[in-house]
Amino acid sequence: MSMDRRQFLKITGISSILGLGTSIASATNLITGKQLLPPQVDRNKEALTAKRWAMVVDMSKFKTDEDFNKVFTACHTNHNVPDFRKPDGSPDRKFEVKWIWKAAYERAFPGQDNKYMSEHMKDMPFIVACNHCDNPACVRVCPTKATYKLPDGITMQDMHRCIGCRFCMAACPYGARSFNWVDPRTAPNLKADLPNREYPTRTKGVVEKCTFCSERLSVGKMPACVEAAPKGGLIFGDIEDPNSEVRKIVTSQLTIRRKPDLGTGPAIYYIVGGGDHA
Amino acid sequence: MKLYDGGKILIGLLVFVAFATFPFYYNFGTVNAKPEPKTDTPEIVKYQQEHNGKKECVESKEWMRGEHMQLLNQWRDSVVRDYNRGYISNTNHNRFDMSLQNGCMKCHSSKKKFCDECHNYMAVKPFCWDCHIAPKEDEKS
Amino acid sequence: MLEKALEGSKKYWAWVFFLGIFALSGVYWYIQQFNYGLGLTGLHRDVSWGLYIGQFTFLVGVAASAVMLVIPYYLHDFKKFGKIVILGEFLAIAAVTMCILFIFVDMGQPMRITNVLLHPTPGSVMFWDSVVLMGYLVINLLVGWVTLGADRKGVPPPKWIKPWIYLSIPWAISIHTVTAFLYSGVPGRHFWLTAVMAPRFLASAFAGGPSLLIILALIVRKVSKFDVGKDVIQAISRIVAYAMFANVFLLAMEFFTAFYSGIPGHQHPFAYLYAMDGSSAVAPLMWTSAIFALVSLVMLWVPAIRRKEGLLSLACIMLFISLWIDKGFGLIIGGFVPNPFEEVSTYWPTYPETMITIGVWAIGFLVLTGLYKIAITVREQTAGVEIDH
Repeated sequence: MSMDRRQFLKITGISSILGLGTSIASATNLITGKQLLPPQVDRNKEALTAKRWAMVVDMSKFKTDEDFNKVFTACHTNHNVPDFRKPDGSPDRKFEVKWIWKAAYERAFPGQDNKYMSEHMKDMPFIVACNHCDNPACVRVCPTKATYKLPDGITMQDMHRCIGCRFCMAACPYGARSFNWVDPRTAPNLKADLPNREYPTRTKGVVEKCTFCSERLSVGKMPACVEAAPKGGLIFGDIEDPNSEVRKIVTSQLTIRRKPDLGTGPAIYYIVGGGDHA
Repeated sequence: MKLYDGGKILIGLLVFVAFATFPFYYNFGTVNAKPEPKTDTPEIVKYQQEHNGKKECVESKEWMRGEHMQLLNQWRDSVVRDYNRGYISNTNHNRFDMSLQNGCMKCHSSKKKFCDECHNYMAVKPFCWDCHIAPKEDEKS
Repeated sequence: MLEKALEGSKKYWAWVFFLGIFALSGVYWYIQQFNYGLGLTGLHRDVSWGLYIGQFTFLVGVAASAVMLVIPYYLHDFKKFGKIVILGEFLAIAAVTMCILFIFVDMGQPMRITNVLLHPTPGSVMFWDSVVLMGYLVINLLVGWVTLGADRKGVPPPKWIKPWIYLSIPWAISIHTVTAFLYSGVPGRHFWLTAVMAPRFLASAFAGGPSLLIILALIVRKVSKFDVGKDVIQAISRIVAYAMFANVFLLAMEFFTAFYSGIPGHQHPFAYLYAMDGSSAVAPLMWTSAIFALVSLVMLWVPAIRRKEGLLSLACIMLFISLWIDKGFGLIIGGFVPNPFEEVSTYWPTYPETMITIGVWAIGFLVLTGLYKIAITVREQTAGVEIDH
């Protein structure tokens, strides 16, 4: 009896593995089989294209709190970013999600301050967001390619595919990424109504960050922050185009980037002016 | 032939049968009418008035019924990962915006009367709506 | 052989029941976390990995430690380890199971986990980590089961198992090296960006795993008739002593590089972890870990102490706790605090997070208990029969 049972189990085991294997193979083939090929799909004619999108930040154009808040609000309302606040109105650092915000000079550029710098200079605010690096560590470590480079230089986030492992958050040297620790629709600013019904929210358990407004570029619009910034504050363009403003600034003026020695190749350049910042 | 541990086996078998047939007897008595998704939203009616009564969907009804899940998956990857936006229909060669909330729902503007009809009947809960925004009147559902 | 895990004394079932309670509570709290989100833990934007990943990292080390028995027995014919190798392999299975569970409970969208297989990314270390862990589980299940089954029948195992056994040796090294790569390959986290991460991981694994094995072997001797032998325990303890020395030495090297180079980014995490000025909640733990490490090292090195099994087990417990704190907690915190903006934001696990962690450990110990019960029963039944693999 035991010999037969062993044979039986062996045969059952192998046939179920084969059966499962082929059904999985055919299922995945069903999903990936019929691909949408051009010319069945195409880009919008009005879409903005570039070889390499980059941004130049001129902090001297940001003078008041209002200037800053317009930028952050434009981005966060455009993308239904949840704003978790404690009952007294102070930000809830635990569940905080932010795509673009400001950081003091000594925080955005750690190690580049010196002890003789005035406190005022050390605290000078700088607008920070995802740098859409040339050689991003986050893209390198993502196990599902949920974050990846688009051909035009944007480091994009596919919220559908993200499994929420947060390896990208560990890898990013700039702290640019946020995670949805809870359902974002439970945030006070999203509970009643959604600021932008044309753009989805995210769900709990996925990572999100600035996407250089790829969905707006697709319909011919500039990123929301660029539009909301004071004139010349945020300059956005194709750095590979010799005639673009960003290219002209970067070649002719002194600009710095955050943590350049890490080899990530960030695409946000901060103009270093003389003396008068904000 | 003696059935060793017969008591335990029979109890285990009964538990298994109870679990396996749960979906069937759980729904006993609930009347499930045939799903009737409605395509007479104001937007579709308006379109018909402007286009001589023609109804032009992304693809044919039968094809969409079977394939809209795969289509949406492919649209998702095409938009997010390949920067595409327009889909040329095989049926009528119109160009549609490859978007659930800004494309599909622009015509089929009632999730309750359209999407939910079949989904509820099939007890399917697609998680699209965790992120994508359902039309306003369906917010409560 | 599985039926051997289903027969036992009252004490056996009491232990299984005890573990089962904690396992079920872990499942309950996980359901809460699944519905609410990872916000139920103490994690936040600045410290995005915590207890779960720390435990995973520590347990990969424990899993790899089986190789410390396999190498002497299979490569160097150290016959004394014949009876105990199975305990190492079964411990590896239980540890890898816990690793997989910890990864699962840590994920934000666990239902999408098949994306890792549907969209393989060879450039991602995490992808490789999942591949090698799965492979290691399969290898240990195969090798453990086949060799134990052969022992039960009193025959040598089939020849085809040998290549798998040899494969398990570099594979064990690889699982922990790849896990170290998760940390040592990301720029911007000074605490982790060190070449000695992988060697230190291996050293602490080869100290921590066998020390747990010593404790388990002593427990097994108490609750059953299976005695691995005093000289086997002593041999393992010597392995633990050398591995622990390497681990402590490498940690000292880390301190040297950080503080002698004077680079602020490298110093800050250490200063935070070990700060005794009250600014860091984790400092008392880290100092406990350091003291336990040194004391256990001395105890293991002094032969008079090592030979007394009572003191040896105390040393092993202290060593295990020390490494558990260091790798299972301190390592993660040090990488995230201070954050990329050089700000300090603290992390402490919450009650639900702790209960889920305990639940996963309980499940792991359930697996271990079942497998050990099988191994012990086979050994008891074949006592006196020569083992020859």
